[in-house]
Amino acid sequence: MIRVLALLLALAGPAFGAVGDPALQLPDAAQEERARGIGRELRCLVCQNQSIEDSDADLARDLRRIVREQVSAGRSDAEVVGFVHRRYGDFVLLRPRFSAATALLWATPAVALLAGGLRRRAPRRRPAASAASVPGALTEAERARLARLEGGAGGDRAA
Amino acid sequence: MSRRALLVLPALAAGGAGLGFFAMLRGMGTGGYDPRGVPSALLGKAPPEFQLPPLEGAGLPGLALSDLRAPGRPVLVNFFASWCVPCVIEHPQLMRLSRDGVPVFGVGYKDQPADSRRFLERHGNPYARLGVDLPGRAAIDWGLYGVPETYLIDRGGIIRWRWAGPMTEDTLRAELVPLLRRHA
Repeated sequence: MIRVLALLLALAGPAFGAVGDPALQLPDAAQEERARGIGRELRCLVCQNQSIEDSDADLARDLRRIVREQVSAGRSDAEVVGFVHRRYGDFVLLRPRFSAATALLWATPAVALLAGGLRRRAPRRRPAASAASVPGALTEAERARLARLEGGAGGDRAA
Repeated sequence: MSRRALLVLPALAAGGAGLGFFAMLRGMGTGGYDPRGVPSALLGKAPPEFQLPPLEGAGLPGLALSDLRAPGRPVLVNFFASWCVPCVIEHPQLMRLSRDGVPVFGVGYKDQPADSRRFLERHGNPYARLGVDLPGRAAIDWGLYGVPETYLIDRGGIIRWRWAGPMTEDTLRAELVPLLRRHA
């Protein structure tokens, strides 16, 4: 039983904490926490759907190291993010900044909601009533045909 | 909004989106569009400050920003590594550019000097200058995210073009050669 538990724990190992190797961690826990926070905001450009904190790519490791060097050198979060942003552009930010280029991206949810609201508010127009479309009303041709059928049937019965 | 507009507008939007997706798919087929491609943040700017030592035993000078300040003619900076398979695919194109008289400067990215030397002995040397970036730090200052990557620096020392991935004959014909001509 204990052996099974140990095996399960070993298998679950990667689920605990970040991939970061311990050699990279900062001795100061508060600084390490800040570095992780910054790293989680930065996209790994190799795997692209992971942050550099989650990625095991070589480049992500290099960037994690750079983030930690700068944090321990006393740079602010904005300065560290700015350092990476200047080199890799908007794409590296997992939460893109609001700019002329990203305005449409940020505005899309609002625009979609607004469009949906307008669509709901717009009164639904019923098709204009005409003789032909009123239920039960007959066209001239139908009336004539009905009269012929009724007339004809009556005539037969009378005969 | 009229009933007709309600019918026509979504159809137009869907048609436009369809055309866009078709263009993207076509581009993916011909290599003109790469959904994983990241535009360089350095386009229109001067290269970053860097200084790389030469490759020992290659008989080539190293590479630094001072070599790229107003070079007077367009030059290429190519990041490569001997362990990079696409670099082998790209190499004949670099050889051709170098034969055609285009200055090609190389940076060995995270590559052991002995391995870089063997790579150049085996495939030929297209580089007029070659810097060694073993820790890959200068590469990060360039915004590099993989090898090979190639940058075109114009005669005034400004980065005009970046190609991430191997340059093929098509890349040269469709992109690079026209750019070289324009910036010559």
